[in-house]
Amino acid sequence: MNNTNSMFARAMPLLLGALFVIGLVAPFAVYPTFLMKILCFGLFACAFNLLLGFVGLLSFGHAAFLGTAGYICGMLVRDAGVTPEVGIVGGTLAAGALGWVFGVLAIRRTGIYFAMITLALSQMVYFIVLQWKATGGEDGLQGVPRGHLFGVIDLSNNLAMYYLVFAVFCIGFAIIYRTIHSPFGQILKAIRENEPRAISLGYDVAKFKLLAFVLSASLAGLAGATKTLVFQLASLTDVHWHMSGEVVLMTLLGGLGTILGPLVGAATIVSLQSELADTVGSWVTVIMGVIFVICVLLFRRGIVGELQALIQRAGIR
Amino acid sequence: MSEFILETNGLTKEFKGFVAVSNVDLKVQRGHIHALIGPNGAGKTTVFNLLTKFLPPTSGSILFEGQDITREAPVVTARRGMVRSFQISATFPNLTVLENVRIGLQRTLGTEFHFWRSKKSLDVLNGRAMELLESVDLAGFADTVTVEMPYGRKRALEIATTLALDPKMMLLDEPTQGMGSEDIARVVELIRKVSANRTILMVEHNLSVVANLCDRITVLTRGSILAEGPYAEVSKNPKVLEAYVGSDDINDAHH
Repeated sequence: MNNTNSMFARAMPLLLGALFVIGLVAPFAVYPTFLMKILCFGLFACAFNLLLGFVGLLSFGHAAFLGTAGYICGMLVRDAGVTPEVGIVGGTLAAGALGWVFGVLAIRRTGIYFAMITLALSQMVYFIVLQWKATGGEDGLQGVPRGHLFGVIDLSNNLAMYYLVFAVFCIGFAIIYRTIHSPFGQILKAIRENEPRAISLGYDVAKFKLLAFVLSASLAGLAGATKTLVFQLASLTDVHWHMSGEVVLMTLLGGLGTILGPLVGAATIVSLQSELADTVGSWVTVIMGVIFVICVLLFRRGIVGELQALIQRAGIR
Repeated sequence: MSEFILETNGLTKEFKGFVAVSNVDLKVQRGHIHALIGPNGAGKTTVFNLLTKFLPPTSGSILFEGQDITREAPVVTARRGMVRSFQISATFPNLTVLENVRIGLQRTLGTEFHFWRSKKSLDVLNGRAMELLESVDLAGFADTVTVEMPYGRKRALEIATTLALDPKMMLLDEPTQGMGSEDIARVVELIRKVSANRTILMVEHNLSVVANLCDRITVLTRGSILAEGPYAEVSKNPKVLEAYVGSDDINDAHH
């Protein structure tokens, strides 16, 4: 086990390097908007996984962070006329602040209570967005201009937009990767494995969970803000509880607690949705449900988790 | 400095209609190895949970080094230097043995919230961690994932992790539970070794361990103190013998 672990550790930089190169050339082979959608949801799922996979907290309100950042970014860019990078940073900070509020209220609860508190809070956000004039109610925030990055690079060019999204994803992913492999990440692992023991060693676990929650919310916001620029739209679906459920599905399908699982899960779901939407219409929801059930019953480790286990077994032999 | 490092006055814990700990006045002398014994359900673990603040007491007070810690958060009490172990082995199973000890040492760096820093920055702790592992005879296991270690070794690791905090007082909840005689002998030696310059309070069922390790014994039955004193005295107390009737533990201990 130890050997295969270090084998993964050695293979990881190579794998990430290969994926980076693929990310650089992909828009020449695949429709860039589709790729951007995958990267935005991939980052969203990675941010969610930081909380569920590495701290063991199931938030059922992560749509609130994706959506809030999306709306804030949209309003900043469209109504306040700032440049896109300011919009993204503004949306991310707003999601982080909202994450702090959610976290303070929910963090001392665990399990189903934690999930329910985050769900209830995110429903409140949903109703605010629905009722408030500035967010456009049921129409959402339409006609958000992509603008010029740093006032220079024209993002209405799809390829330019793609590389911005790719850069944002890489930054977000790097932050998550480092967090997991940091002194802070070590304590998070300790808390997940044995919380009473971590307390008895002098660690104030609520503070660690809160910081992890704020980080996760901020990064979910980073994904949401970027997504608004891509589609030039922030809509109610981004703050709806369906979205909170979808990110759970993406993370579980890809592989909970694995570095790359959430990205793989997001890519799978986004691809399925766009493939199936044309052929089966609203049956997509049913098919997603079936996939979820099969995944939970048969492939509990998710796609990446199962692959790792396969390689491990082959390695032992 | 008071002769007693830990004192409780009228410590009581009630769970809905059931008194688990009743009016306990416990005094632990600085530098002693003090044992808390008693039949199952006597409230020993509840006392531990009260002392380390994992449970709030219904009434009574707790003084650690003369300071009232009755209403303190568990983490604050731990930082004062009173660190506990748990009945079920308290390790971090999927971390390596070295990483386990490092978790105990990490607070000294003050970087425990630094999510932007590399894990490699923790390597400066490896030297001290290895010293601690050597002191419990685990140096050869440093890179083993903890879950793969035998039970007795896990308890030793737990003690090494606790020692990383250099606590003034250690609370050990049944350190020899579920062990074979060889492991027991090793853990007893270990406890004797680490008791230098610190106070130990332990819950222990194995009376031969208590007899040859502990300076003073408190016997708990049904949540109250039945007797207290050195082993030789307590083991002859008729009330204690009566409480242990049916189990020949006390007699076994002399063999």
